[in-house]
Amino acid sequence: MRFRDLVQLSLDSALRARMRSIMLLLAMTIGVAAVIALTSLGEGARRYVAGEFQSLGTRLVVVIPGRSETGGVAPGLLAGETPRDLTLSDALAVQRLPGVERVAPLVIGSAPISAGALEREAPVMGSSADLLPVHGFRLARGQFLPPGELSRDTAVAVIGDNIARELFPGRDAIGRNIRIGDRRFRVIGILGDQGRMIGMDSQELVIIPVSAAQALFNSESLFRLLIQARTRDDMYRVRAATIEAIKLRHQGEEDVTVITQDALLATFDRIFTALTLTLAGIASISLAVAGVLIMNVMLVSVSQRTGEVGLLKALGATRLQITALFLTEAILLSVAGAVAGLLVGLGVDWIVGKIYPALPLSPPVWAVVLAIVVAILSGVVFGLMPARRAARLDPVAALAGRR
Amino acid sequence: MIELREICRRFQMGDQEVRALDSVTARIESGEYVSIMGPSGSGKSTLLNVLGLLDRPTSGTYLLDGRETTSLNDEELAHTRARKIGFIFQSFHLIPRLTAFENVELPLVLAGVEPQVRRPRVQELLESLSLEGRARHRPNELSGGQRQRVAIARAMVMQPAVLLADEPTGNLDHVSGAEVLAAIEGLNAKGITLLVVTHDAEVAGRARRHIRMRDGKVVEDINGHA
Repeated sequence: MRFRDLVQLSLDSALRARMRSIMLLLAMTIGVAAVIALTSLGEGARRYVAGEFQSLGTRLVVVIPGRSETGGVAPGLLAGETPRDLTLSDALAVQRLPGVERVAPLVIGSAPISAGALEREAPVMGSSADLLPVHGFRLARGQFLPPGELSRDTAVAVIGDNIARELFPGRDAIGRNIRIGDRRFRVIGILGDQGRMIGMDSQELVIIPVSAAQALFNSESLFRLLIQARTRDDMYRVRAATIEAIKLRHQGEEDVTVITQDALLATFDRIFTALTLTLAGIASISLAVAGVLIMNVMLVSVSQRTGEVGLLKALGATRLQITALFLTEAILLSVAGAVAGLLVGLGVDWIVGKIYPALPLSPPVWAVVLAIVVAILSGVVFGLMPARRAARLDPVAALAGRR
Repeated sequence: MIELREICRRFQMGDQEVRALDSVTARIESGEYVSIMGPSGSGKSTLLNVLGLLDRPTSGTYLLDGRETTSLNDEELAHTRARKIGFIFQSFHLIPRLTAFENVELPLVLAGVEPQVRRPRVQELLESLSLEGRARHRPNELSGGQRQRVAIARAMVMQPAVLLADEPTGNLDHVSGAEVLAAIEGLNAKGITLLVVTHDAEVAGRARRHIRMRDGKVVEDINGHA
């Protein structure tokens, strides 16, 4: 039998049994669409988080005060000792290390911000001029914190766009004075909408020099130390050197946690990949159900077409040909279902993308390939048994309509 | 040429053995026109199935054109059926979703014949059976006589040596039945071996050789018009 004739005959059969074919297509479509849509969701979440980390800037090493230890209790704690604060002098020491390009100390707090009669509470970040390139913030207007000594306490502030509009409705905020806590600052720049940090919106942020923030919150300790290495390779050397330098300064106590950005990213990547795989697994169940449905429907089809099988045998069709006919029909239906499922899945992604533009939904390539391969494979596997049953029918009994 | 020697076909029905064919020996020359008659259960349909290679005898030998068939495997049987034997059934056995043309074309499709070769052949056959106007119709749009003529065309499309007809007029009125018989007798006149299984003495009477069966045995084999 020619291949085109085989496909044509199977297609005829599938098209004539419309209800049966629609049911099969529907089952397969739902299965494939579920895999595509759910893995897109997992993958979208993964890329969203990865994007958030990317916005922290590259080649980033983060120093966090305190030691996160999983194995036993730190000796310092037994002696009733608290970890030493991370201070500005630590930052200055780190800045001198080889391979370090920029250092941005970070102090974070919340304070009432006021201008004239208008007042609101806002997160306040104390840092240096280097925060701009390290963090990837973008300025809408004006300028960022001036470069210079970290210990210089200049009374200038860079504020988020929302804050500017709330405190100075209808007026340009640049050059005006605001009050943060009990201190006066001059607004020198407005932050753009770029640079979202997890849990913190640059539009709602006030950034002041680190010394000013320390004075404002009356605390010497830093929340974080952000270090940008010169190159990606330097990142790991900087990490080791930083631990050494701070240990030396803290009386030999390793009381900070130093993480590289990509380590953090890799952890989240693993978590979200696991999530995606879990979702794919759940969605695969519907694919398996679709496969079983294919088998059932094809079995019914075989028994309905017993007479036809008998006739084909009388006309000289071999077992192989009859198997091929029924199998091709099952495969055609599952391929059509897979394609329809792919389209529906991508359609769901598109609609979700329209509703939540922040969540970029597109299925991972492996999920698309897997869904389609599994769909076609289930057509083969679950179509084979009914097809073989048809091929093994006794022609005499089949012609008489008996099985 | 068909040669049957001591053909037996036994079925197991529960704990009872049924002898559908009991030591049948016969020789049918090419171009013969044979009727097979007998009451229900006499084994005439089983004989036809064995002749058509749809059923295997339990014992005995069956030579088709001098070739032993009882030792052939399923694959070889299918190929022999395709090339040497045409079937006509009482209930036509047309595939309802295919047109008359496609039904006739089916054996050629299964044999892998190229479309440009098979189409003229189908067309020619339909014309010879006065069906050219019905080629695009599906079986449910055809009369009984037309359906059986489509089935004849399908049986003939591979140019077999033997045409086996199982009650070919059983589902037809008298006029359509006569048309169908005329069609297959015309083929016989061109040299095909024709075997007709029937209940109808009038139909059987048209054959030149008459085989009568009872209880799986040939009880009468008369050559010449009765």
